[in-house]
Amino acid sequence: MAAVGAAAAAWPFIDQMNPSAAALALSTVEVDLSPVAAGQQIVVKWRGHPLFIRHRTPAEIDSAKKVDVATLPDPLARNANKPDSAPAADEDRVIKPEWLVLIGVCTHLGCTPTGFEGDYGGWLCHCHGSQYDTSGRIRKGPAPENLAVPPYAFLTDTRVKVG
Amino acid sequence: MSGPSTYTPKSGFEKWIDQRLPLPRLMHDTMQTFPTPRNLNIWYTFGGILTFCLGVQILTGIVLAMHYVANAGLAFDSVEAIMRDVNYGWLIRYIHSNGASMFFLAVYIHMFRGLYYGSYKAPRELIWIIGVLIYLLMMATAFFGYVLPWGQMSFWGATVITNLFSAIPVIGSHIATWLWGDFAVGDATLNRFFSLHYLLPFIIAGVVGLHIWALHVPGNNNPLGIDVKSPQDTVPFHPYYTVKDAFYLCLFVVVFAAFVFYAPNFFGNPDNYQQANPLVTPPDIVPEWYLLPFYAMLRSIPNKLMGVIVMGGAIVTLFFLPWLDTSRVRSCRFRPLMKQFFWAFAVACVILGYCGAQSVDASVAGVPLLWVARLATLYYFLFFWILMPIIGLIETPKKLPASIAQSVLGDTAAAAAE
Repeated sequence: MAAVGAAAAAWPFIDQMNPSAAALALSTVEVDLSPVAAGQQIVVKWRGHPLFIRHRTPAEIDSAKKVDVATLPDPLARNANKPDSAPAADEDRVIKPEWLVLIGVCTHLGCTPTGFEGDYGGWLCHCHGSQYDTSGRIRKGPAPENLAVPPYAFLTDTRVKVG
Repeated sequence: MSGPSTYTPKSGFEKWIDQRLPLPRLMHDTMQTFPTPRNLNIWYTFGGILTFCLGVQILTGIVLAMHYVANAGLAFDSVEAIMRDVNYGWLIRYIHSNGASMFFLAVYIHMFRGLYYGSYKAPRELIWIIGVLIYLLMMATAFFGYVLPWGQMSFWGATVITNLFSAIPVIGSHIATWLWGDFAVGDATLNRFFSLHYLLPFIIAGVVGLHIWALHVPGNNNPLGIDVKSPQDTVPFHPYYTVKDAFYLCLFVVVFAAFVFYAPNFFGNPDNYQQANPLVTPPDIVPEWYLLPFYAMLRSIPNKLMGVIVMGGAIVTLFFLPWLDTSRVRSCRFRPLMKQFFWAFAVACVILGYCGAQSVDASVAGVPLLWVARLATLYYFLFFWILMPIIGLIETPKKLPASIAQSVLGDTAAAAAE
């Protein structure tokens, strides 16, 4: 009984550390994609994190599609718009193949990777050397997972809503 | 604390106090008459120096907190205001920031001293373990403090370190969110880190009290590593070691002041004079110099969870040290084999520190530093878990002197003093 009481009394002091109601209020962001030319990437802020929106070239899409999913370090899509079990094939990482939307947080220790660098033409994280391909999938280095895809939807052909 | 007290109250007032709260008796027995081995060298003055460092950090820290604002929008500017507007703010902040480096410099010398002279061996195991605890608390305090200026290195250092917890399976990401109070490092994180940065030094002061208490039960070890056998082996703490400690403290403060006045940003990173930007990670994230060896270990393992385990294991290993060393002889002065591996260990730590400061893909003379760091990490663990237990069993130590007095004074003088 005393232990239950002590735990109950301790809980408010532990839980106050968790995100407050203000932080929990889900924010969404709308982005106009029309100025972003093929081969460009923009970075917008969403829930305190950088968001990468990359307009992929046909060559980049091709190189991402050619990869055999069985050879990837992380075989899952990590896409909030797909079931958890979706494989990391390029089709399951995007809604429209030319637009790649990613949370720009390295899955190793949270740094922001730099675009258009590394051996796979995607992203290179300078902190500890993780490399991602043009689908944002981990290919080399200490990061355990593919870059996460946030929940998003196209409002029009050139307008996307994230969150 | 240990042995019979030699305190005799002189005045009626001292008697009155002594019967109610024997604090003067405690001070007399621990800081005045405390029998201390007569052969302590310069490396034994760092305990006093470390107490001084803790005092300096607390004093300057309390003053800085009067001017600092723990808010993600204001913190960076308030630190600049301390540097430019507050009277002597530049001096107090530079003492505090360089003081952290001086504190770690002293603690590393203090720890290697203990390692070399076997000060962690029976009956001093708890002194060592409490010391490792203080070292852990120091690292936590330094980390929280480094976040407060809210520069680029503050922010991304905090991001990387808190993300270490996300390596824990299943609950890892919840722990990270709990630490942040948000979905990323932000205002909530800064506020709680400030609170803890103010709290921990006082916890350290309390644990230092336990460290000294535990030290005063068996008394000091000494460079010979042999026990005190007779009163001839010791001198009273005051004035012999109060004066010696004070002298070396003065030399230490000269070095300290040289950094504060002539190279105040020597240990700093220029990126931290840029305000935190959650969208841009600096090209090279480097922790403060005193954490570099552990950072090199983390980076040398190509797996997130394993990297974190190895880094944590390097510190946890220190807690087991008293039982990993199987030798009956304490001091490396009489351990010809151990001495060599000790110095190789010191070199491995420096190499790890060097590797941690370079970028991941760097190489020296064609040798990739990643592999150098891997070898040094391997040696770190090999040294404690394999070499130390084996060397203690196979090594033939040199002949130990009969007593401290005989070693210091020579046979005849020691006999005459009997």
